[in-house]
Amino acid sequence: MNEVTTFPTTDYHTASPSAAQHHEIAHHSPYQAHHFTDMVQQFDAAKMGMWIFLLTEILLFGGLFCAYAVYSTEHAVMFHSAHKMLDWRLGALNTVVLITSSLTVALAIRSIQLNQRKAAIWLLIATLACAAIFLIVKYFEYSHKIHLGLLPGKYYHYDGSEGVIVGNNPHIFFGLYFAMTGLHGLHVVVGMIVLGWVLVRLIKGEFNSEYYTPVELGGLYWHLVDLIWIYLFPLLYLIG
Amino acid sequence: MQPTQIHATTHTAEPAHHAHHHIVPFKVNMAVGISLLILTAVTVWVAQFDFGSMNMVVAMTVATVKAGLVVAYFMHLRYDNRFFFAMLLVCLIALTVFIVFTMMEQKSRASIYEYEMQEIRKNAKMYEKKGLLPPKDTPPAKH
Repeated sequence: MNEVTTFPTTDYHTASPSAAQHHEIAHHSPYQAHHFTDMVQQFDAAKMGMWIFLLTEILLFGGLFCAYAVYSTEHAVMFHSAHKMLDWRLGALNTVVLITSSLTVALAIRSIQLNQRKAAIWLLIATLACAAIFLIVKYFEYSHKIHLGLLPGKYYHYDGSEGVIVGNNPHIFFGLYFAMTGLHGLHVVVGMIVLGWVLVRLIKGEFNSEYYTPVELGGLYWHLVDLIWIYLFPLLYLIG
Repeated sequence: MQPTQIHATTHTAEPAHHAHHHIVPFKVNMAVGISLLILTAVTVWVAQFDFGSMNMVVAMTVATVKAGLVVAYFMHLRYDNRFFFAMLLVCLIALTVFIVFTMMEQKSRASIYEYEMQEIRKNAKMYEKKGLLPPKDTPPAKH
């Protein structure tokens, strides 16, 4: 960086600085903000910010995993008995749905990297459809639990009509169940909003192989949602 | 820091202007997706067997293999700047310390004092029991 840079007086944020304003134009992408050395640095900086956010998300769920570890060792018998109230087939279905959606997002990013905008659009639509299926399955699971009174804390009023739960304090299991899957479900909803926004911008033609940072970062967020579920599924639905 | 050099070595087949973006091959994406589905079946399958105290270890091992595949290939961490991987490791070490120390405390509690988690009674109101708050259903005291 031994060149003396004259800052453009106007429009240094827009896509097309004129050659007169910017003498580095020859190797500058129009998408590059002036405070980055090059596109690689700009992309990595954005990605690093996203990763730091995702790590805080892991720690957020980490608190719940820790609570789960404490209560499941204290109430091993009750946890084993209470988990039978969850339908592992629906949990497995949702796992398959989320893994498929992760795959379609990964393929959507690949498509936009190759400038195949139409393929990327359809793959993102498929991802959103999978997310919707996930939430519909969750809706049926939740409404069944609410109907039976398998609820957290003082709202628990299950009468044993679908099998007796052995052990103390079964409401703790359902408290954790609703807290963990509820926070995860919230992330699914937020992920749908983020990917929907990415999809709109993709349809408008704002991304291409040179600039697709929001697609990549939205994809990272979606993979985190999948990642959390990979742990939630065996912990809640398949306790040994 | 010269990130260009780090990335340029990872892939050579791409045109020069995207040398820094590694494009994961279609076959790799599909292979990872199918492996994840197979491992989901494995997760369900191993849950049928009783390994005693190893149940949780087995389930978490399979889940961690799946998570590793997602992170390495779908999240591109294998092809990315190594620093991101270092950040993830720091986070996971912090989380492990948090959970392991909590469990150590909880498991050793019984050796310090008599400790057993009690059943929570129906309609228990803990503030009333501790005398911190007057019961809601009693009339205010007359002076």
